[in-house]
Amino acid sequence: MKNWLNPRSALGIALITIALIALPFVVGAGGQAWVRILNFAILYVFLALGLNIVVGFAGLLDLGYIAFYAVGAYVYALLASPHFGLHWPIWAILPIGALLACVFGVLLGAPTLKLRGDYLAIVTLGFGEIIRIFMNNLNAPVNITNGAQGISSIDPVKLGSFSFAGKSELFGLTITGPQKYYYLLVLLAIVIIFVNLRLQHSRIGRAWQAIREDEIAAKAIGINTRNIKLLAFAMGASFGGIAGGIFSAMQGFVSPESFSLMESVMILAMVVLGGMGHIPGVILGALLLAILPEALRYAVVPVQQAIFGKVLIDPESLRMLVFGLALVLVMRWRPAGLWPSPERKRELAEVEE
Amino acid sequence: MSELLLEAREVAKHFGGVTALHSISLTIRRGEIYGLIGPNGAGKTTFFNCLTGLYIPDGGGFFFDGHPLVADAPHEAARRGIARTFQNIRLFGNMSARENVMVGRHVRTHAGVLGAIFRGPRTRAEEADIVKLADELLRYVGIAHRADDLAKNLSYGDQRRLEIARALATEPRLLCLDEPAAGMNATETEGLRHLIEDIRQDGTTVLLIEHDVKLVMGLCDRVAVLDYGEKICEDVPAVVQKDPAVIEAYLGGSVGA
Amino acid sequence: MDILLQQLINGLVQGSIYALVALGYTMVYGIMGLINFAHGEVVMIGTLVALTVSVKLAAAGLPIWLAGGIGILSAALVCMALGWGLERVAYRPLRHAPRLTPLITAIGMSIVLQNLAMMIWGRNYMKFPVLFPKVEFHLAGAHFTSIQIIIVATSAVMMTALLLLIYRTRLGMAMRATAQNPHVASLMGVNIDRVIAAAFVVGSALGAVAGVMVGAYYEIAHYQMGFILGLKAFTAAVLGGIGNIGGAMAGGILLGIIEAFGAGYIGDLTGGFLGSHYQDIFAFIVLIGVLMFRPSGLFGEKTGERA
Repeated sequence: MKNWLNPRSALGIALITIALIALPFVVGAGGQAWVRILNFAILYVFLALGLNIVVGFAGLLDLGYIAFYAVGAYVYALLASPHFGLHWPIWAILPIGALLACVFGVLLGAPTLKLRGDYLAIVTLGFGEIIRIFMNNLNAPVNITNGAQGISSIDPVKLGSFSFAGKSELFGLTITGPQKYYYLLVLLAIVIIFVNLRLQHSRIGRAWQAIREDEIAAKAIGINTRNIKLLAFAMGASFGGIAGGIFSAMQGFVSPESFSLMESVMILAMVVLGGMGHIPGVILGALLLAILPEALRYAVVPVQQAIFGKVLIDPESLRMLVFGLALVLVMRWRPAGLWPSPERKRELAEVEE
Repeated sequence: MSELLLEAREVAKHFGGVTALHSISLTIRRGEIYGLIGPNGAGKTTFFNCLTGLYIPDGGGFFFDGHPLVADAPHEAARRGIARTFQNIRLFGNMSARENVMVGRHVRTHAGVLGAIFRGPRTRAEEADIVKLADELLRYVGIAHRADDLAKNLSYGDQRRLEIARALATEPRLLCLDEPAAGMNATETEGLRHLIEDIRQDGTTVLLIEHDVKLVMGLCDRVAVLDYGEKICEDVPAVVQKDPAVIEAYLGGSVGA
Repeated sequence: MDILLQQLINGLVQGSIYALVALGYTMVYGIMGLINFAHGEVVMIGTLVALTVSVKLAAAGLPIWLAGGIGILSAALVCMALGWGLERVAYRPLRHAPRLTPLITAIGMSIVLQNLAMMIWGRNYMKFPVLFPKVEFHLAGAHFTSIQIIIVATSAVMMTALLLLIYRTRLGMAMRATAQNPHVASLMGVNIDRVIAAAFVVGSALGAVAGVMVGAYYEIAHYQMGFILGLKAFTAAVLGGIGNIGGAMAGGILLGIIEAFGAGYIGDLTGGFLGSHYQDIFAFIVLIGVLMFRPSGLFGEKTGERA
């Protein structure tokens, strides 16, 4: 932090800022669909950073993380749509969503505290699935979640009378809905990254790292590992909840389909492939895994047409296949991730010798 | 009551059919350096683990500073003022030496999530304090020059010292060292002896498990000898050395220089 | 009360299937400390291979029992090869890596297999051919079919065969030794690589048979059927005590019965609030319950130190 004022970093930051501001217009030239993809990539960054607290900082393997995303999304959907006829503003709903996700985080985390690695993974997976099943079925006798149909016509984000959906005129420019959401997301991303960095280099962050390194020693020097682990679950969950709320508003529609186990695995992959515990790595992992498959989808059909004359493999299955292979290959050759923190890279390199 | 820091009353521990500790009673006075010796398997580390909350005794209990010690969780023991090191050295390998000691301050500091995120003046002052104390402790144990190195890259002797520094960071009233001299040569052991004496001098009571009998006899004010889960002797070193039961427990080997 | 016997029968049948699949998980975990996430997919591929081979051969004119027999055999062979390949290619290089790495690899392989299956067999549900004559029986108000009898009987035979393998052969002894302490076992001359490969191969063979049973019982097959089945079978393995062969068998049957009773009675239990489509939840609840209150399972776990 103390290096910010030197000329080289200042220039770097200025360039990045300009790039970030111009990006949605550059990307938007190819169609608003690409801006949407960009926006979802940023949402995944939120999710990956949240999971990174649980998996990367504290070393707890959570395979049901998507549940918190779902909680945040449904809370927003229930409080800002025709479903119950409530239309609360986002600044009121997001904290509630985050808080409720926190509570679920503690509920899910509490039973798992004594479990070792793989069991923890399976139990959290089970919890994630249970929540999805409930969301799929809580439409009788009282219709809470509207079951598999989901909830639609959800209010977009509004600041006063300014809505983030649809086109607007600002500073003489026409700016589209997705582009507006982009700026909101980037701002939130900066806040979330900042919070993550602060957490990492704090008393709590050190305690998390200590638990990850050697839980028994951590206990011996006075760390209440139970509470600190629950804190990791709660913090991670709250990020998921916030991301869920924005997702709900942006998409205008939620259904249990968006919250499958595969999503949890995807987010875990982003953290692990990017560089577990290393914030820049996790961001890279999230952006790569969110954008590449979409790029692949656009390329796969024409390439196959060119080579084979027809589409042999549809983009969706190819995407998942490549994803699975990526997991296997990265674990085999770069288990520390693509951009690991320097210590972790050394740690895993030694194991291979 | 103020002279006794720790009292163990009939502490017992079984593992399945094996009785590791039969009924151990001993007392440690404030400001003492107290040694716990005995052949392998005698129950010394088991006793340690019961004291520091890693195991729960099946019988008996401890009194620390006059109050019952119900350490059903290890972090409780640390909170109450009992710190320990491990026989096999359990450092946080991928954290620097300084960071290891900084984590030791966890139990005496308060900053939570809000403090971490907003870093108000109180948190900043606390953090500065933590770093300052960590550096002081590293200097105290003699490894200040390695403050930024990763703990797993330190030499064996330095790692032992780091573990002691980390334990001291918790501001213990009783410091429990589990075979701190294991694997050390004569020079290193001498250095350790000075360090432990300094620690006692500066107000911390020390409980020591050791196999290096010369170190124990030269350093400790009083010694307890365990054999097969029983305490067979508890006295000053000079008396313990000559005790026939002790000599026999060590299979007739001469105890002491 | 009149559905009690019926649910018991249904549970026994489903449980036999769970038991066979659970054995695959428990053997691998007992020896390697690894949850082979891809095992469910191997079972699924067994079902689909058997389906394709039987249907094609029957269409070519072979009598159904021969086509079916060859189908089952092919399924077993393919699954055994798949299991062996998984171990050799994906898991063996990671034997000494920190626990997280092989776990993620297993998840990755599971995804790869599932999608390969989807690409080969398509997304649609397929009808599994009727390989055995279907005869109905009635007993004390409950009814059951020849298929169900065959499933339970075959399971029993396979489980007995496995027990004989484990406790009466040299390979079995080598497997038990490796599960307890791989390092010492290798010092005693056990070829660890072969033992581990054997565990995967045997587990996959059992899985293939289970896959055929699932197909025959529900009469459909689908590329996604492996996931939930695998999860439940793993639950059964944990229930019985992970690494414990007998435990996996008992756990499988027990889980089947719990699920059947749960599905049957859940409406009454919750006053109509939760319907039978919540039935999948039972396995998860059992899993979470066991891991929280009795993590070593009903019969005690049997894992030694990891290789």
